[in-house]
Amino acid sequence: MAMSPALSRSSAPPRWQDYVQLLKPRVMSLVIFTAITGLVCANAPINPVLGAIAIFCIAVGAGASAAFNMWYDADIDAKMRRTRGRPVPAGKVQGADALAMGVVLSLFSVMLLGMTTNWLAAGLLAFTIFFYAVVYTMWLKRSTPQNIVIGGLAGALPPVIGWAAATGTAPLNAWLLCAIIFMWTPPHFWALSLYTSEDYQKAGVPMMPVTAGAASTRKQILIYSLLFVPLCIVPALTGLGGLTYLVVAALGGLMFLFLAWRVFKSRAGETGGQRNDDGLYDVKASSKDARNLFAFSILYLTLLFATLLAEHLLDLPAVGVFS
Amino acid sequence: MSEPTPDPTVEARARRGRNIALALGLVLFVVLVFVVTVVRLGGSVGQRPF
Repeated sequence: MAMSPALSRSSAPPRWQDYVQLLKPRVMSLVIFTAITGLVCANAPINPVLGAIAIFCIAVGAGASAAFNMWYDADIDAKMRRTRGRPVPAGKVQGADALAMGVVLSLFSVMLLGMTTNWLAAGLLAFTIFFYAVVYTMWLKRSTPQNIVIGGLAGALPPVIGWAAATGTAPLNAWLLCAIIFMWTPPHFWALSLYTSEDYQKAGVPMMPVTAGAASTRKQILIYSLLFVPLCIVPALTGLGGLTYLVVAALGGLMFLFLAWRVFKSRAGETGGQRNDDGLYDVKASSKDARNLFAFSILYLTLLFATLLAEHLLDLPAVGVFS
Repeated sequence: MSEPTPDPTVEARARRGRNIALALGLVLFVVLVFVVTVVRLGGSVGQRPF
């Protein structure tokens, strides 16, 4: 029996670095950053050692989700330029090893987080892993163009877990951080998928540009952006964010809306407007507006959370009207 | 079906790297559980009645 490209075995033996790649370290770094923000914004006294271990557990839990994803999605990863170099489709690591790593790290991270902090945080982490691995990866991703809208909840939960780890509770402000990431995900990913939809089409993944077309996706990016940007202002009203946060959220939000409007008016995602072979940011002229929104969305979210983090670490005054 | 045969030296080096990484991971786990236990028990654990 000939092995399919997705299941081919590399002649090179697996190295420990290949197993690290299974954890998606870049995604993990974003999870660490947002979880730290949640933990710090909770303003609760927590032993710094336990706080650091809690963040470590959340990061390992995110890595476990990624390992499950790499195991299950090896067949479609092998068909897409962006993902075909991943350890499983490249044949460096066997799928069963990725699955075993996901199971072991899930148990390790959830149990240790529970013992270190509290079982609310551990339960939220377990739910996040389940939601990403089962609900998003195994169900939504291959069945609906709303995959990243609903599945985005998994990426939005780390600040709530961080908050719960510090306080044992998950109040409205924690869920506000979750809502911001949740509403950020559709314009962020759809901007990317506008110029990578050829890959998704080839792999049979029903991303929005593949099923609804580029024009509809551009319109939905604008609608989600109009909902997302006002939501980013709300932490300044509830007392979670201060004056600096308000300025960053407002100015960055205006820029975000401007770029979303440019995408709406552009022909991004139309045939022939896909990216070149040289990397994620190297796109053809008609897709540059989508590329710009994708890049700025990362910067904007980072700035929002970094500002909240700095304000709480420096104890800057809040401007909340409902606090 | 014939599978590609890796170079024995490269194979041994890769296995050694994986074993060291696994050992470090296990040591880290033991250290973390120990640290969590000590921190959560607090300083006055010795004074508690049996």
